[in-house]
Amino acid sequence: MKSWKHFTLLIVPNMAFIRTQEKLKILADAAKYDVSCSSSGSKRSNASKGLGDATGMGICHSYTEDGRCVSLLKILLTNHCIFDCAYCVTRKSNDIKRAAFQVQEVVDLTINFYRRNYIEGLFLSSGIFKSADYTMERLVAVAKKLRTEEKFNGYIHLKSIPGASDELMKEAGLYADRLSVNIEIPTREGLKLLAPEKNREDFIKPMIKVKNEIIQYKSEKKLIKSTPLFAPGGQSTQMIIGASGESDQQIMWTSNYFYKKFDLKRVYYSGYIPISYDSRLPQIGTEVPMLRENRLYQTDWLMRFYGFEVHEILNEAHQNLDLDVDPKLGWALRNLEYFPVDVNTADQRMLARIPGVGMKSVYKIIQARRFKRLNWEHLQRIGIAINRAKYFLVCASQDFERRDLTGPQLKSLILQNTTSKYQKTLSPQMNLFE
Amino acid sequence: MLNLQDSILVYDGSFDGFLTCVFQVYDLKMKQVTIQRDSDAQASLFGRHNEVISDPEKADRVWKGLGKKTSSSGRLRIYYGFLSEKKGVENLLLRYIQYALNSAVPIDSDFSNPEVLGLSKIAKSVGREKHRMEAFVRFRLTKDGLYFATIEPDFDVLPLISKHFKSRYADQKWVIYDLKRDYGLYYDLEKVEIINLSLPEDFDASKTSSDYFAVEEMEFQTLWQDYFESTNIPSRKNIKLHVRHVPKRYWKYLSEKER
Ligand code: SF4
Repeated sequence: MKSWKHFTLLIVPNMAFIRTQEKLKILADAAKYDVSCSSSGSKRSNASKGLGDATGMGICHSYTEDGRCVSLLKILLTNHCIFDCAYCVTRKSNDIKRAAFQVQEVVDLTINFYRRNYIEGLFLSSGIFKSADYTMERLVAVAKKLRTEEKFNGYIHLKSIPGASDELMKEAGLYADRLSVNIEIPTREGLKLLAPEKNREDFIKPMIKVKNEIIQYKSEKKLIKSTPLFAPGGQSTQMIIGASGESDQQIMWTSNYFYKKFDLKRVYYSGYIPISYDSRLPQIGTEVPMLRENRLYQTDWLMRFYGFEVHEILNEAHQNLDLDVDPKLGWALRNLEYFPVDVNTADQRMLARIPGVGMKSVYKIIQARRFKRLNWEHLQRIGIAINRAKYFLVCASQDFERRDLTGPQLKSLILQNTTSKYQKTLSPQMNLFE
Repeated sequence: MLNLQDSILVYDGSFDGFLTCVFQVYDLKMKQVTIQRDSDAQASLFGRHNEVISDPEKADRVWKGLGKKTSSSGRLRIYYGFLSEKKGVENLLLRYIQYALNSAVPIDSDFSNPEVLGLSKIAKSVGREKHRMEAFVRFRLTKDGLYFATIEPDFDVLPLISKHFKSRYADQKWVIYDLKRDYGLYYDLEKVEIINLSLPEDFDASKTSSDYFAVEEMEFQTLWQDYFESTNIPSRKNIKLHVRHVPKRYWKYLSEKER
């Protein structure tokens, strides 16, 4: 009898634990292909001594072995799905283990991970079971419970389920910091081929609703201070790269369109990871196009922070990015007539275009040149990549590149002298290229 | 290198103590000074050896004076630099302060000056360590309901991370303990206090023994490790990048790295 009692005591809590453990494995595994990890841009402060705050920058609490930031508990609510998108592991026809969390389970995991400082918050997505609204309702229920019952101020990112109703999207925005809809396939034709049951309008509809609500929030906020927050971290989306034969130009023009049209905070580019023998897709064993993905992130960066227009980098004459040089160097080599730039007089826009000079160095140069005219030694100390930049600038020194080199000559000179930086910059979060 | 004529000011290692030294340098119009913390000071045969007693009032006057001459981030850079505990950093700080006080214009962004650049680099690495600790602290729930974490940061960053953890974990009691410097922060739901612990002899900070930690603690650690493993995408593996983000010396206290 004694041992029996001992037995139940140990086993009962463990069963629940084992079940949660099993679900977590399945539903984290299925969610990992969504690359977005950002937890910044929120403004939720912990004024009432509740749990957590999400002011300021997001924190990466750990990194996966492939160097991606881990800042959120990123899981699916369920991987049951009524759709059959070819590029997705969760697709109906795929023969995999299925599982579904209960609302409370997700809440408990989030809170307990958060309290231990493992995470900044929750990223909850889901396969579509029954209908878009039925699924969205449950995602919203998790967020609501976290905010209202647990007084949780950490970060919440919800996936907007394509086709979900405006009312639900509105409610989602009240509890979530960020909402995202993944467009996944950059072109209409690609979508038709790989996810014939879906149409682009379903993706766009919730995006429009959220955008309009954010605009409305901002105007009401001006009048009434206490207007409840609405998705303060804005919206983002993701595109899969290399699944449907699209060009870099198509990808980046689509991205540019979404940034402008829907005020997106981020677009993520995710190299397609072969997960199926479907003949419409790259076969299993095909390498993940990581370098290409990195070049796209760099281009995205140039558009958002360096003042480049998308058509300067990608256009009809130049439809794909160079793989051997980063897009900024590539642009410079095609536009040598703008160089050399005089660092002591050039405006910010042109400074930012010098290969080997990052945005941080641009600000330092602008600050430092108010004290004295800068020479090579100063530039070196500021931290620019001299062996790259030296061909493209002049400073307070008699020493500068006098040969009249052509683009290809310059390129081979630079490639000789610099080891490829792409190893360092492979991760979507690291876009520090010089 | 010490000069024969150098005066050596020795202080107690506190920030106030250091600022009091700076006060003294100005007050006595000293030239050729070296400032050392008492733990570093060798009984030197050369130079005059003066002990400086920390004086919060004098320290405050120096700090306020700096506030008028530097931006708040330029001033904070001094505190960050100080917390680096780098050998001889006091003298770099002194030169930086002298440059700041002598200049007619703010010098914070004069990166062509070696002191400004040097100190801003040190401050930056301290800042990086602060962020790392905010990220890598792992609390474990003890049997008495306290969230407990141990760290061994390269620099003395506890004073810098206190605010972050206080506002984030306002509704749970927690301790963050620096094993290297043997002191910690304790938050009791009201305020953060500085504490010294005498940890039990058999306590191994890198293990979660059921003698000290709650039953569910092990479960959540297991779930977290599982989660961490699941997020990995083998076809994208890039260990070099991984180690650059999470240098190996931090792995010891990361529960996801236990396996
Ligand atoms: S609807 Fe979403 S979860 Fe379902 S198969 Fe398509 S992409 Fe995957």
